[in-house]
Amino acid sequence: MGNQEQTMNIPALLEQITSDQPEVRNRSLDEALEGATSADLLEAADALEGFRRQSDNLYERVRALFYLQALHRYHLPRQLAEEGGGGAGLVPFEGFAQLLRRRFEEAVEAFLEQQRREGPSDGISSALTSAYQRLAFQTLADQVRRSVRMVRGNQWMFRMGHPEDQPLRIRGELLKPCEDGTYPILREQTPVRMDLTHSAWSDIFFLGMDYPEGARVLNISVDLGVHGRDAAPRPPVSAWLRVLDEPVLRLTSVDLGATADLESLADVFDFAKDHLGLLKAAVIASGLVPPGIEGSGHSLAHLLERMAGPGRGLEVVSCVNDIPKGSRLAVSTNLLGSLISVCMRATGQASSLTGGLGESERRLVLARALLGEWLGGSGGGWQDSGGVWPGIKLIQGEPVSEGDPEWGVSRGRLMPSHHVFGRDEIPESARRALQDSLVVVHGGMAQNVGPILEMVTEKYLLRSKAEWQGRADALGLLGEVIDALRRGDIRALGAATTRNFRGPIQAIIPWATNAFTERLIAQAEAAFGSDFWGFWMLGGMSGGGMGFIFAPGRKAEAQERLKEIMVRTKREMEQALPFAMDPVVFDYAINENGTWADLLTGADALMPAHYYALTVPGLLRRDRHALAATRRAELDKFGTAARSRPELRGMVQTLFDVMLPRGRTEQLVGASLVELLERNGFDRAQHEQVRADLREGRIGLAQNRLRADTRIEDVREGDVTTWGRLACDVGLRDEGAAALARGEVAVVTLAAGAGSRWTQGAGVCKALHPFSQIAGRHRTFLEAHLAKSRRVADAYGAAPQHVFTTSYLTHGPTAEHLKRVGFYGYPGTVLLSEGRSVGLRLVPTVRDLRFQWEEMPQQVLDVQQQKVRESLRAALMGWAESVGEGRDYTDNVPLQCMHPVGHFFEVPNLLRNGALARLLTERPGLTTLMLHNIDTLGADIDPSLLAWHRRSGATLTFEVVTRRLEDRGGGLARVNGAVRLVEGLAMPREEDEFRLTHYNSMTTWIDIDRFLAIFGLDRAAVLEGDEERITGAIRDVASRLPTYVTLKEVKKRWGHGQEDVFPVAQFEKLWSDLTAVPGIDSRFVVVPRMRGQQLKDQAQLDGWLRDGSAAYLESIGVW
Amino acid sequence: MKISKVLITAAGRNQRTLPLQTLVDRDGVSRTALAIVLEEALAAGVEKIGVVVHPGDQAAYAAAAGGHAGRLEFVEQREPLGYGHAVWCGREFVGDSPFLLMVGDHVYVSALESGCARQLVEVAQREACSVSAVQATHESQLPFYGAIGGRRVPGQTGLYEVTEVLEKPTPTEAEQRLIVPGQRAGRYLCFFGMHVLTGTVMEVLGRNVALAKGGGGVHLSSSLREVASRERYLAFETAGRRYDIGAKYGLLTAQLALALAGRDREEVLSGLVEMLAQRSR
Repeated sequence: MGNQEQTMNIPALLEQITSDQPEVRNRSLDEALEGATSADLLEAADALEGFRRQSDNLYERVRALFYLQALHRYHLPRQLAEEGGGGAGLVPFEGFAQLLRRRFEEAVEAFLEQQRREGPSDGISSALTSAYQRLAFQTLADQVRRSVRMVRGNQWMFRMGHPEDQPLRIRGELLKPCEDGTYPILREQTPVRMDLTHSAWSDIFFLGMDYPEGARVLNISVDLGVHGRDAAPRPPVSAWLRVLDEPVLRLTSVDLGATADLESLADVFDFAKDHLGLLKAAVIASGLVPPGIEGSGHSLAHLLERMAGPGRGLEVVSCVNDIPKGSRLAVSTNLLGSLISVCMRATGQASSLTGGLGESERRLVLARALLGEWLGGSGGGWQDSGGVWPGIKLIQGEPVSEGDPEWGVSRGRLMPSHHVFGRDEIPESARRALQDSLVVVHGGMAQNVGPILEMVTEKYLLRSKAEWQGRADALGLLGEVIDALRRGDIRALGAATTRNFRGPIQAIIPWATNAFTERLIAQAEAAFGSDFWGFWMLGGMSGGGMGFIFAPGRKAEAQERLKEIMVRTKREMEQALPFAMDPVVFDYAINENGTWADLLTGADALMPAHYYALTVPGLLRRDRHALAATRRAELDKFGTAARSRPELRGMVQTLFDVMLPRGRTEQLVGASLVELLERNGFDRAQHEQVRADLREGRIGLAQNRLRADTRIEDVREGDVTTWGRLACDVGLRDEGAAALARGEVAVVTLAAGAGSRWTQGAGVCKALHPFSQIAGRHRTFLEAHLAKSRRVADAYGAAPQHVFTTSYLTHGPTAEHLKRVGFYGYPGTVLLSEGRSVGLRLVPTVRDLRFQWEEMPQQVLDVQQQKVRESLRAALMGWAESVGEGRDYTDNVPLQCMHPVGHFFEVPNLLRNGALARLLTERPGLTTLMLHNIDTLGADIDPSLLAWHRRSGATLTFEVVTRRLEDRGGGLARVNGAVRLVEGLAMPREEDEFRLTHYNSMTTWIDIDRFLAIFGLDRAAVLEGDEERITGAIRDVASRLPTYVTLKEVKKRWGHGQEDVFPVAQFEKLWSDLTAVPGIDSRFVVVPRMRGQQLKDQAQLDGWLRDGSAAYLESIGVW
Repeated sequence: MKISKVLITAAGRNQRTLPLQTLVDRDGVSRTALAIVLEEALAAGVEKIGVVVHPGDQAAYAAAAGGHAGRLEFVEQREPLGYGHAVWCGREFVGDSPFLLMVGDHVYVSALESGCARQLVEVAQREACSVSAVQATHESQLPFYGAIGGRRVPGQTGLYEVTEVLEKPTPTEAEQRLIVPGQRAGRYLCFFGMHVLTGTVMEVLGRNVALAKGGGGVHLSSSLREVASRERYLAFETAGRRYDIGAKYGLLTAQLALALAGRDREEVLSGLVEMLAQRSR
């Protein structure tokens, strides 16, 4: 197969999907499509589409969907480009709208119809990629959910719809009050789990259900303590339950500081209303408030009465011993397991009230935890509830057999099996040896593992060669790790986990490692030499929970040194990578019990200490007689205990702190924000005007839009030039090369933003993010751009001057970073252009929140997630209203309260801060600037483009690309007949954007003299640096541009690595609006995708690497 | 296999006075619940009647038995050690032979000509093994009954080979362990308060009573589970309904059921309709 004469072997391609023979089934798609022409590919796509529509088998359908997705993402666009075919390829809005509504089948149909009508294209393939991918994941997720519901022991909960039908009863031991009048407390303590083998993410449900033979992990239950803080390791999570004398469901999360009395069923199913979602999921998944009763309209009190007796209620409390989030130890899943266990025991769903659980009960806890995670809209791996089991166990996928709910649907069961290793298999000495060598840490990074899990699933189903080999190698390594552990040979174990990390894990997901982890490993190697036995990645990716293995004699020293190394490295990188907290070293011990319960009675029946810090102040403020008798009794008991029990020492002080206002610290925070605003040129008068306009509805999201009667049309031939034509013009190239040799061009890279999408609002510098390994190591965006300028320098003999624009957010860190790395050895001038304008974020108006969430078309989520999102949004609107719409947003660290005011100001800032003057002084012959975004990695100083821009006599030449589905946010249009760029938020109607062929890449060639003329300035004025004149000129031009209101999401960090995301309002003026200003001569040139595409989201990285973009970048730089 | 003895349990703490309640039977005659139970048993063909009572209750029961008083043999349960223990107390009365076991506080209304007990006894005699009468019951009622899991006996309607028995299971346990093909979702085969048991049951109960060493909690269900693992043990879905007169409104419901299935059906129905009509006004 593969030469021009041969056509696709379609039956062989389909057989790859349907065959039972591993050698056929495990062939890769790439292999099958090698050498195919675009016609072959379209034929294959047709066949796959037909096949997936008629196949009854879930996994065959899903695999065909992933084949289609990959074909449209990687193969067809490349082939079309090579063959010079493919039309402009508009994405039909109708299909896009179907995608948003999660009507994926209809979306596919709309896109295919367009493809039939207009022929294949890059744009349509991008839309099909997205539709197929999401349809595939939706199909898989639906199946997992169906299986979770079908697990025996879970089904009845979906049938129960009336309190009278509730068959569960609270056990008698919990209903009998103690002598002091309070009820006994059932306490469940649960370890968390460490995964010692990391078998290439084989614990993803989809994998376990399709390839049960390959789903195997070695999972250890551990107690934890924070080294240097806690006296000894103990079970990190606990759940507490008792009966109440009030008909309410009282839920308290001690670690998240949240408590609520739920009085209606609707409250129980409202997951995102407060921080009690996990407790709610547990109460539902354990059958106390079964999922079937949601929306029944019945009363919670009635249901509680049925279980606990008239007038009674229940209290459930969760507690995590201050173990930070993102530890990769499955803290939240095990907490969910702990909560479910305690609820099950209390209602007789486990045979013993106290002590351990039986195997079938543990399996049920697992099934219920899966259900709970689904209800809460999250999802873990199937090994995550491992802490419920004792000690060290092998968890593995199980092939399906007749009678299973999965029979005929998938090859494997949803639920894995657990083999707990006995002392005869892994002796005590080996367990000891592991604990004597392994240092477990939390590096402090908090990242979203979700995209990685999707990548793993996709790659697994495509069976790409290197990745499939990686999976096989990882399985081999599991055997090696188990053998090493049986022998107690921890050095060999360390070698195996290191090889696993270096080999299979990164072969499958290069993003599993990062620059932070690599530096830690290098430093551990340097500090401990041959006594450093290995690295071990925990969970989905590195940077959070990790293991370092040392010779036992040096473990204590290693714990101290690692802490020091981690903290120092974090300090150096915290502006570049998203850290949620300072790194910590854990003390840990293998827990040989698994989850364990005891019954606290009499004086011992006390909740965890922090529970009282949370609840007592409120109780003390109330009239004592208004309290229920049991609460009064408990207060008395707590009072006595606080005076006598060592573990409650300091409680009085804690209560005192909680009850007294803390005005002083708030003032301090406020002061530093004010100071920062002042330092960064904050204009208070303008801010007040904006606030007034916002509150009175003169500006807002709806007002961003152009008038409804504006005519938006696609550009015509002649409105744009294509780069292909320019590239072959030798004369142009030579002319450009000569200008480059004379040093007449400088590069301006926009690096002022935080890249909110890049780290979901974590507020780090995107420019400093070591985003990918290029030419052997991790490179930052800064380095990548300088590498391209270095190539120009090498090629033409003059190093272009290179400017990075910065803002209050990025200036300090960028300057420091460049200094530390010696400007990456760049042979020419590197300048920073510091931003001179800043805004203060505002609490958004409910009107704008509604507009954004209810009126703008947007992605509907999966049913359960959508419910969670709606509840969260209602809560956020409540927040905006209660805090005050349009008020200054100051309840966060100062840097998260301020915002840059849009990239229009970036180039004028060069005038204000003297950067342009410096460039001109150094090179008086400088005529042209090439401006581009930090994430436009393919942009470089192309001589032909340069020459064409100069010849054209234009002030600004904008580079545009043909649109893909993901290119949202405006485009090149004829607006009432005039060619200009229109921002997405200014589009009168959403669908207008879908009629525009070209998307703005932001890369702009600027003729310096003509640009200055717009401001009424010239070189002399710039060199003279009359600040007042320059500032006035900028203000004049700015006033001709529209002001946009936008909503951004900012993270607020609190507690131990917890994060909340808030929407805030801010204001921007945008660069592309210059194209609408009369008198500015703007031209537009269509450049290839590789040159113009932007990397906005880390989830794009894998595709970027696989579609050749990374190789392209490597080829245009000198590294 | 001939079944000539019935053992009726009536010693339960909250159960002792229930068999003494008076009801109007299907023929319109006022009788005690005990008398109705006795009729049911006798109609099944048994000859000897043993009643397990709390010490001192003999006289009241004899009086309640009406014309059958002379046929009663009383067995005392001196300590309340569970239902299994109560049955075991009757070991000397039943001896080695299979026997019919009934509870004193249930009233049965058969859907057929022959009574529920008779249907059960006929099956047991035909199959020559222990058979428990069962009824498909909604899962919300699980806290009140013992329930079985098993498979259908091929070619027989309503007959099951028992593989699992659980006393008052949670729905979670029931769903996992009490699987019976052909049952509606959320329904389980729960005991009907009526069994035909072989000598093996007494033997197993004896061992469990000894194991409990004078403590309580000797359940019949756990012993029956053991029986299921040792010999053929069936469950039979009886054509009829059971009424627990100890439940809330149990006596009233039982009375209505008897009346609506008997001679005075019209009269009772019209009385009910009249009450409903007045209520709606």
